[in-house]
Amino acid sequence: MNFEVIFFFFIAVSAVVSAILMITQRNPIKSVLFLIVNFFCLALIYLILHAQFIAIIQILVYAGAIMVLFLFVIMLLNLGDESRLTEKMNFKKTIAYVLSGIVLLEIMIGLGLPLGYGFSSMHPRAVEIGTVESIGKSLYTEFILPFEITSLLLLAAIVGVIVLAKKKFQ
Amino acid sequence: MNFNLTEIPLNYYLALSAIMFSIGVVGVLTRRNAIIVFMCIELMLNSVNLTLVAFSAFHGNATGQILVFFVMAVAAAEAAVGLAIIIALFRNKMTVNIDEINIMKW
Repeated sequence: MNFEVIFFFFIAVSAVVSAILMITQRNPIKSVLFLIVNFFCLALIYLILHAQFIAIIQILVYAGAIMVLFLFVIMLLNLGDESRLTEKMNFKKTIAYVLSGIVLLEIMIGLGLPLGYGFSSMHPRAVEIGTVESIGKSLYTEFILPFEITSLLLLAAIVGVIVLAKKKFQ
Repeated sequence: MNFNLTEIPLNYYLALSAIMFSIGVVGVLTRRNAIIVFMCIELMLNSVNLTLVAFSAFHGNATGQILVFFVMAVAAAEAAVGLAIIIALFRNKMTVNIDEINIMKW
């Protein structure tokens, strides 16, 4: 048990705890803040995995842009706590927990988790493939068509958001 | 000091990702606030991203990280459109509780 493993476990436990706090908070604003904590923990894990570009994009896009959008919408709608609807459905909740446990078990089996695939150390090229240079090179040569289609997707999203969220004509 | 953090096996990352995905499933199934359900979907997307990055680093193949880039682009578009739908719903029904939004229910 050396420093790296202890650091990894610290980050992993804080990611899981912030995710649990995220789904148990009554107040949506607190949920958003715990989700941001979770995203920062994930960015640190990406750094441990030598994926520098993904870590930076995680903080910029997820924690910076998407979560600000969520906060903005919650404050725009001025939502209160959802206290009155959570007590009455214990039976459905039990079914939900059982189903989630089954999902967890299935994922564990699907990934072969008790034994795993036997990868105990990273590939020697792991440091160089995570850099901006490597990602950008393959993004602009090998994956140029999906990259351009992404711009079309974002354009469609912009137009769709304006159509959906604008006021109706009288 | 050695900064080459290669001591952690792949299974740890996969287990963390599986646990986070299951927490997202619990949130989607138990919460009734549409925005929080939406945030749980983001959490599930992120746990799958973690799996992709972990496999990419352990296989020495950059394609997984490219896929994570595209997943993030789609997630940004999805978040914007979904929040616009929630705003439109709130304008019509004055609620974001998904038990009360049943106009599409047969």
